[in-house]
Amino acid sequence: MTGKTLYDKIWDAHRVAEDANGETILYIDLHLIHEVTTPQAFAGLRAAGRPVRRPDRTLAVADHNVPTINQAAGTGAVADDEARLQLQTLERNVAEAGIEFFPMGDVRNGIVHVVGPEQGRSQPGMTIVCGDSHTSTHGAFGALAHGIGTSEVEHVLATQTLRQRKAKNMRVWFDGEPAPGVGAKDFALALIGLIGTGGGTGSVIEYAGPAIEALSMEGRMTLCNMTIEAGAKAGLIAPDAKAFDYMRGRPAAPKGAAWEAAMTYWSSLFSDPDAAFDREIHIDTAALSPLVTWGTSPEDVVPVSGNVPDPADAPNAARATQIQRALDYMGLTGGQPISEARIDRVFIGSCTNSRIEDLRAAADVARGRKVAAHVSAMVVPGSGLVRDQAEAEGLDQILIAAGFDWREPGCSMCLGMNPDKLVPGERCASTSNRNFEGRQGPGGRTHLMSPAMAAAAAIAGHMIDMRDLPLVDGVA
Amino acid sequence: MKPFTRLDARAAPLDIANVDTDQIIPARYLKTVERTGLGKGLFAAMRYEADGTPKPDFVLNQPDYASAGVLIAGDNFGCGSSREHAPWALLDFGIRCVISTSFADIFYNNCFNNGLLPIVLPEDEVRSLMDEARGGNHVFSIDLEAKTVTLPSGRVVSFNLDAGRQEKLVKGLDAIGETLQHVSSIDDFEAQRRLTQPWVAA
Ligand code: SF4
Repeated sequence: MTGKTLYDKIWDAHRVAEDANGETILYIDLHLIHEVTTPQAFAGLRAAGRPVRRPDRTLAVADHNVPTINQAAGTGAVADDEARLQLQTLERNVAEAGIEFFPMGDVRNGIVHVVGPEQGRSQPGMTIVCGDSHTSTHGAFGALAHGIGTSEVEHVLATQTLRQRKAKNMRVWFDGEPAPGVGAKDFALALIGLIGTGGGTGSVIEYAGPAIEALSMEGRMTLCNMTIEAGAKAGLIAPDAKAFDYMRGRPAAPKGAAWEAAMTYWSSLFSDPDAAFDREIHIDTAALSPLVTWGTSPEDVVPVSGNVPDPADAPNAARATQIQRALDYMGLTGGQPISEARIDRVFIGSCTNSRIEDLRAAADVARGRKVAAHVSAMVVPGSGLVRDQAEAEGLDQILIAAGFDWREPGCSMCLGMNPDKLVPGERCASTSNRNFEGRQGPGGRTHLMSPAMAAAAAIAGHMIDMRDLPLVDGVA
Repeated sequence: MKPFTRLDARAAPLDIANVDTDQIIPARYLKTVERTGLGKGLFAAMRYEADGTPKPDFVLNQPDYASAGVLIAGDNFGCGSSREHAPWALLDFGIRCVISTSFADIFYNNCFNNGLLPIVLPEDEVRSLMDEARGGNHVFSIDLEAKTVTLPSGRVVSFNLDAGRQEKLVKGLDAIGETLQHVSSIDDFEAQRRLTQPWVAA
């Protein structure tokens, strides 16, 4: 008998029943919810007279819609009528159901995928779902975590289970030792550039290899977060000492004897050496340089020192049309060096890159330097706790002195649902995860990159390898 | 959920690959607590000028396709966010079936929970359907029980769909109601969990 993959093990441990129609009823350990994808689910429950089965296995935050200034004033002060109604609807729903909730302005509130791990609610071996596709983030802890739609949110609230079909097993090895300045965001962009945004469809991706072992938990979260952009159902990494160290002492982490028991179980969460994968891919991280996107899909990846593609070189007419369409939208010319494109805005934030390590990386680049005069740059920490820690470390002062705008936590310009958005034609260096047309505001142009690269773009006024920024006096 | 058995409707070609959910329904339309009324935001960036006037070139703005019930799209339709507002917007506009070579996983699942039929066909078939949809008569007939699409030319194309998903749509099943029939298994699972993983189940 062949061994099991990590995904197989978690799947098997959560099977409740097999339905006659071929679906498995899978138990859900943790359900994260937020204001945008839940109002219709609670309305559905109410209409059917169904209670929330496990409010204690559910955690709510307010993140997608919230303004990133003046949060202490509360939801009543949110200017946008629709956003305010959605936020207040969530407050009412969670109060009625008895679900733990970190309201806007609470220091524990923030982006749902930052808060879950930070509180120790996301744990190895769990099944975790949320009405948000970047739930794959929590796979960094060796959990099976993925996004669901609102009907499924309602299903989980009512039953604490989800109807699922097993996905395929795929493994991506990150070998070698990356050059300084190359990290998790580049790993993610390299993978998506290689296999495309549909490359992972129908699969759960396990990340493995020496470069993954060397990544911090923050880096692993960045990589797992972007897995959905490769089309995969979920991304995960076998938990190791780093994962356990991150968990230890968090508010919701097991304590005492329960911690010991949990550790014993968590230590069994890895793919058996003889486990079979449907597909395996190797990426040599030593060969990577800092990457950025040029187009309107996360697969449109180019090294920052490279040129945007020329439709004339496309393999076929359909691809040429696609490239031309993206170039037109992005206001770029085929074949031009990507570094020539002038940046108007910079966004450092989102569930991909708004954790303490990301802010440190941005501050390291910003220290002693100035944001270019024509650039407006904002930093939005992933949670109130991240913001506090950054302030305790003095990162806010470094960033503010360099000319960055220091904000309160939320999704912000990742999706432009709150007032933080691009105006048509503006070009943004962004640490978020999606460069789709209009993602950061109608007509906005997004280039994805790492926090250090986004900070470097803010200073240079165009995309640049941060290793090429001129040195600042007194800084190594 | 409304059962889906047959559909006779005009089909509109949208020959673009990787149509993501931000294109299907931009984020600014998600600030709603309702499932209905999203049709106005469907494909907003492609459909409207900045001042809100319809773009005459966009397929669903053309008189022949304004009442389309079927959409024929390029590869990897529905990639991106998990927003169920995407199928809600399509349905609210009047589209009950999308045909493509492939769909993103979450979008595909969301369709079945809303009575929207996603049909996967090989690339050459999708091409020929696009061509027929561009022709003079655009009415396609979809028979979900027989799993066939009858084209304006009279040609019949079969598609695959697993029996469970087909039944869900044909009967308009309430997934929660179905799952709650297994409630004793869920109770047992939780009881077991309290013994084996008390730190999770507590
Ligand atoms: S930061 Fe962006 S991607 Fe992450 S949860 Fe918020 S909107 Fe979604």
